[in-house]
Amino acid sequence: MSAGVGVDLKDVWIRFGEFVAVREANVAIEGGEFFSFLGPSGCGKTTILRAVSGFLDPSEGTISIGGANMAGIGPNKRPTALIFQNLALFPLMTVWENIAFAMEVQGAGKKERRRRADELLELIALPGQGEKMVSELSGGQRQRVAIARALCAQPDVLLLDEPLSALDLKLRQHMRSELRAIQRQVGITFIYITHDQGEALTMSDHVAVMKAGVIEQISDGQTIYDDPSTAFVASFVGENNAFAGKVSAISKNQATIDTSVGKLRGRIATAARGTINKGDEAMIFVRPEAVSMSGTGTSNKIKARVRTEEFEGAVYNVFLNTESGEAVKLSAVNQGGARAGSPGTEMTLSFNAAQAVVLPRGELASE
Amino acid sequence: MNVFKNFFDKHGLIVGGYLIFAVSFWILILILLPQLNMLDFSFRFNLPPSKVGGPEDVYTASNYTFLMGRYNHEDVWVWNSTDLTVFYRTILAAVFVTFFDLLLCYPIAYFLAQVARGGFARLLVLSLVVPFWVNEILRAFAFRILFGDVGVINATLKSMGIIDDSIDFIREDIALYAGLGYAYILLMIFPIYNAIESLDKNQIEAARDLGSPWWRIHWRVVIPFAKPGITSGCTMVFMLSAGALAAPQILGGPSSLWFTQLIYQWFNTGGNWPRGSAYAIILLASCIIFVLLMMRLFKVKLGEIGR
Repeated sequence: MSAGVGVDLKDVWIRFGEFVAVREANVAIEGGEFFSFLGPSGCGKTTILRAVSGFLDPSEGTISIGGANMAGIGPNKRPTALIFQNLALFPLMTVWENIAFAMEVQGAGKKERRRRADELLELIALPGQGEKMVSELSGGQRQRVAIARALCAQPDVLLLDEPLSALDLKLRQHMRSELRAIQRQVGITFIYITHDQGEALTMSDHVAVMKAGVIEQISDGQTIYDDPSTAFVASFVGENNAFAGKVSAISKNQATIDTSVGKLRGRIATAARGTINKGDEAMIFVRPEAVSMSGTGTSNKIKARVRTEEFEGAVYNVFLNTESGEAVKLSAVNQGGARAGSPGTEMTLSFNAAQAVVLPRGELASE
Repeated sequence: MNVFKNFFDKHGLIVGGYLIFAVSFWILILILLPQLNMLDFSFRFNLPPSKVGGPEDVYTASNYTFLMGRYNHEDVWVWNSTDLTVFYRTILAAVFVTFFDLLLCYPIAYFLAQVARGGFARLLVLSLVVPFWVNEILRAFAFRILFGDVGVINATLKSMGIIDDSIDFIREDIALYAGLGYAYILLMIFPIYNAIESLDKNQIEAARDLGSPWWRIHWRVVIPFAKPGITSGCTMVFMLSAGALAAPQILGGPSSLWFTQLIYQWFNTGGNWPRGSAYAIILLASCIIFVLLMMRLFKVKLGEIGR
């Protein structure tokens, strides 16, 4: 795999009038990696992508690609290619003309363009479909043509703006692995925008989680899931049970929180170490799969009553309510044995302190 | 009969009946009958009322051949060069006006559809439409004043020292072209605007992102997409320019006749309705053939215009 070309955002602010779309973004994207911006709609991730592709200029700060400052360089002159959310294929051109458009712009002859288009059609597993019109292709095929069209420009960086959102679930999952495979094959940097955490976690080398214009955390997928750095990240990526309260004790890297369901102990998130003190407002997060129904072994115990149960096949989810009214979700692997039981059943839940994360109190992601 | 039954079941007797009446009134009374009447007229001799229906009232093609020419008293064929010149100059001028309008209106339509936003776009549309509340003849006279010997344009050019003597815009037919061009500007802008407005902005950005300079974006993405609108606009402007009467009457130079003026003369001063009808039908048929040829040339189907 070639070294690839990196992208650096330094102190980037993007404002639209009074509105701050992106606040002090600092991102170093390595050459040849698959990097995702993950966040709810309106968090500024598409704005960042448009700034990298050159369709808008940052109000402050610099964006450099391969070390070269991109200020004042238009989208047609940047070594980037953008795949639009709606793909924006040209409906009045054939598939091969679409793919070879970038070469047509460069003045390449028809024979050469056709040859290159055919090569790319091989790459995206659509050989011999060059003469078709775009409207004759299925959604997944169009998706791949859009990728080929962008690759034909031989960009150093490929920018993807939620390109899978229009596909149905099965196809989306299939395209994830296909995108990843194409990225490995061509070896260029991919910057991917999505609000779907599953996409971000499965495909990316690194993920930046954004909220309201602010990058909350940049890390690999596993770290983001296991060691979130803010309450927002903890609640946005994956599912989490959250309990708020005051820190009543701190020992080593663990903290005890006095919550409405009792004292709960958890590991302090790496990002929060040294900043959380006794008496602070804090939150403790525990994943549904870390909650157990056995009620034994640890000090973290919660009394709750079953509200409903949901069977998914491989796992089943139990939704419970604590005595003080908080909702708790629990997921367990289906082993064919007995399940939680009928609504109203009372039980004691428990979880390991090592599997719970303590963070300073903050805004949670809305459902 | 089932078709009628379904139709009336669906729309009810009153609404259904009115629909049929309105559509047949439109097609029969407004379109077919007048044209058929004209067609019939054009093949008859110009007879005094007393002889109409008499033995001399027979069909003839002489009104049509008159435009081409006729045998003089020595039996020598003489081309009707006066009228033929007027005819081909009219078609040529209409082509020119159409082309000029397209050059002017495509950027305006593009700007309105893709660049201007909200209140500003509405203001622009309003400023395009409002002048057309003024009567066509008044507008033509306004152009006459604008382009006149001592008009605003000549005065400005003189005061700037660009010219010493007034330019005779009327004699040079510049006033006529400008007047005709302006008269049908909306018919060119709106079809193109409609077409471009439905173009996804992302396609323009995608082309730009792939390295395309602006002219190629228009050539490869916008214009192909707007082609039905462009065809529709060009067809209307061409047809209406070739068939215009008021603007040539008011803005035309003393030496240049418009073909419609010839038709007008046959009907009014000449008092020869059959010949006027024949001329009108020749103009109509020629324009239709010309438009169909152009559509063949630019590979546009008739159905696309109707969209």
